[in-house]
Amino acid sequence: MAITMTTAAINHISQQIASRGKGVGIRLGVKTTGCSGLAYVLEFVDDAAPEDKLFEQGGVQLYVDPKSLVYLDGTELDFVKEGLNEGFKFNNPNVKGECGCGESFSI
Amino acid sequence: MALLQISEPGQSPKPHQRKLAVGIDLGTTNSLVAAVRSGSPETLADEQGHHMLPSVVHYQTGGVRVGLEAKQQAAEDPENTIISVKRMMGRGLHDIRQQGNYSPYRFVDTDGMPNLLTCTGEINPVQVSAEILKVLIARGKASLDGDLVGAVITVPAYFDDAQRQATKDAARLAGIHVLRLLNEPTAAAVAYGLDQRQDGVIAVYDLGGGTFDISILRLSKGVFEVLATGGDSALGGDDFDHCIAEWIMLQAGLKAEALSTSEQRSLLSIACKAKEALTNSNEVEVNFLNWSGLLQREECDDLFRPLIQKTLRAVKRALRDADLNVNEVDEVVMVGGSTRVPAVRHAVSTLLNREPLISIDPDRVVALGAAIQADVLAGNKRSDDMLLLDVIPLSLGLETMGGLMEKVIHRNTTIPIARAQEFTTYKDGQTAMSIHVLQGERELVEHNRSLARFVLSGIPPMVAGAAKVRVTFQVDADGLLSVNAQELSTGIESTVEVKPSYGLSDELISSMLQDSYQHAQDDADQRNLKEQQVEAERLLEAITSALAEDGHLLATEERLHVDREVAQLQQLAEGEDADAIKQAIEQTAKITDEFAARRMNAAVSKALSGHSIVDFDTEEQQ
Repeated sequence: MAITMTTAAINHISQQIASRGKGVGIRLGVKTTGCSGLAYVLEFVDDAAPEDKLFEQGGVQLYVDPKSLVYLDGTELDFVKEGLNEGFKFNNPNVKGECGCGESFSI
Repeated sequence: MALLQISEPGQSPKPHQRKLAVGIDLGTTNSLVAAVRSGSPETLADEQGHHMLPSVVHYQTGGVRVGLEAKQQAAEDPENTIISVKRMMGRGLHDIRQQGNYSPYRFVDTDGMPNLLTCTGEINPVQVSAEILKVLIARGKASLDGDLVGAVITVPAYFDDAQRQATKDAARLAGIHVLRLLNEPTAAAVAYGLDQRQDGVIAVYDLGGGTFDISILRLSKGVFEVLATGGDSALGGDDFDHCIAEWIMLQAGLKAEALSTSEQRSLLSIACKAKEALTNSNEVEVNFLNWSGLLQREECDDLFRPLIQKTLRAVKRALRDADLNVNEVDEVVMVGGSTRVPAVRHAVSTLLNREPLISIDPDRVVALGAAIQADVLAGNKRSDDMLLLDVIPLSLGLETMGGLMEKVIHRNTTIPIARAQEFTTYKDGQTAMSIHVLQGERELVEHNRSLARFVLSGIPPMVAGAAKVRVTFQVDADGLLSVNAQELSTGIESTVEVKPSYGLSDELISSMLQDSYQHAQDDADQRNLKEQQVEAERLLEAITSALAEDGHLLATEERLHVDREVAQLQQLAEGEDADAIKQAIEQTAKITDEFAARRMNAAVSKALSGHSIVDFDTEEQQ
């Protein structure tokens, strides 16, 4: 079970945590909602939960709760620019269907 | 797929419920758009990576160009290239002509609106601003990848209702919902998180490309009050460049008249680069045409000194207006690119006796604060996080008898607010009331700004003082005013929304507050005189109508006595001695007391005729 980050993602996360001025890392997760059933969670972490799985890469701590990990195993977190828009993208091999905008997905 | 941003713990938005909003700094020289992404505000760049958009619009037959491209046209096609449109917002043609620096434009007088004639036809300043906003909004949408719920747009603290309304109209024209108009100094304070504190006095020193503003704010319980504003609408970074350019010409033995337009432009750009280089080093090599030389930081500071002193005088004046001394200022916020000049920072910190806040890019700090506020207003933060309130900059009121201003909402009242006051008729049988809405701090109508006039008609004829007219002033969260007048017995009402009206020059606005302090005593005296005059007229009016009705109750000699008093009062009321008028009023009232008593008796016996006292006694007992 593993989750990876691209260099672009690592750099951007480090930068964001630095400018926020606090936090131990970021959290990846999924929650049930949206038109295709599941949606991604991407948040700063101030206090990790004891059950969290920790992945560390390039100095960035990435936390995932065990339930979410089932849906996220093998995911690569990327940071991309599309025109003027920029943000994080989940390359998740488990996904079978996405809603039109890609904000929610199903497995 | 949609690109995600990092959220605060536990606050990930649900899919399709991200609320996107931007903050816009709509500046005189440059504009910026910013948004909160992954929890921190950032300014948004265009495709070429430029964050600042020059506030310049070029009109041509093929379409409209905004920003850098438009700015490049300024020299070749000045008539169709509109710069510094912010100075024209909410102003009349008369004001703009007085400013005197818009010679290249062809103005058309359309009901006092300063319309500009370009090759594409007539356009007004609101439309020009809307073009700038459209570009920023499009950039915001592309950067955030979605529709915006709205924008927070910043305006100078001294902007009056007409200028705020014009800004809001421009936003409407650009197709964006205005979440809030926010004062620029307040936005800068928000960017530094100063609103998270409880109290404090904050000085915001804003030295931009072409304007200088100083604002003194007081934060108390999350509310920003504007205590005083000041500045110079024709002083900025460009003047610093001119200083260096003149120095170069002097050193090189050149005359400005001898330089071609393009040489002059390149000289200014060399001067600007030298200024920027001296921010981080102690000397810079300057090359212009065949001349080259060294400019020392110290030498440069000497060149800037007169300009900097000018800003410091404005700071002192603003503090005096706010009734504060330099040690009562808790924080100093630096805004505008020119505050990077070390001599400026040094001078400000010496005067105010503390280190100014400079950690946020001074060019972007206003836009960043606006973005933070936009994020909150769009509903992306818990509501208890920040509820930022603004205040009205100048008191609002209306004209009462004698040309006096009656304040209904006092300045520095937090908005939104609604306040009502009851007024009555002044003459018997008066069926209409003219409502004249005013803004300002002075006592006399003529010294304040006229915002609107409307008439409430259809009041049923009654004796003077019997009709009750409730006038309600309502100011929404953007500081925009609507006034409603209602006659309470009939319910008839009339409402006016304050639309841009024109007629106040730049200096007048910033000096309005100052005037009110300087003229406080004069104003109080004049108010006293007017009040006595109005009282005298009211009394004379009452006596005249009483004499017409019940004059027969007075003996000839008594009548002569009353007439004499009335004539004397009338004469004094036309003069300017408030005390004499007051005495005459009291004397006249005393002399006519007996007459009033007789009228009362006559009226009572008239009402009683046909009844016996017993009838009334019985009624009372029941």
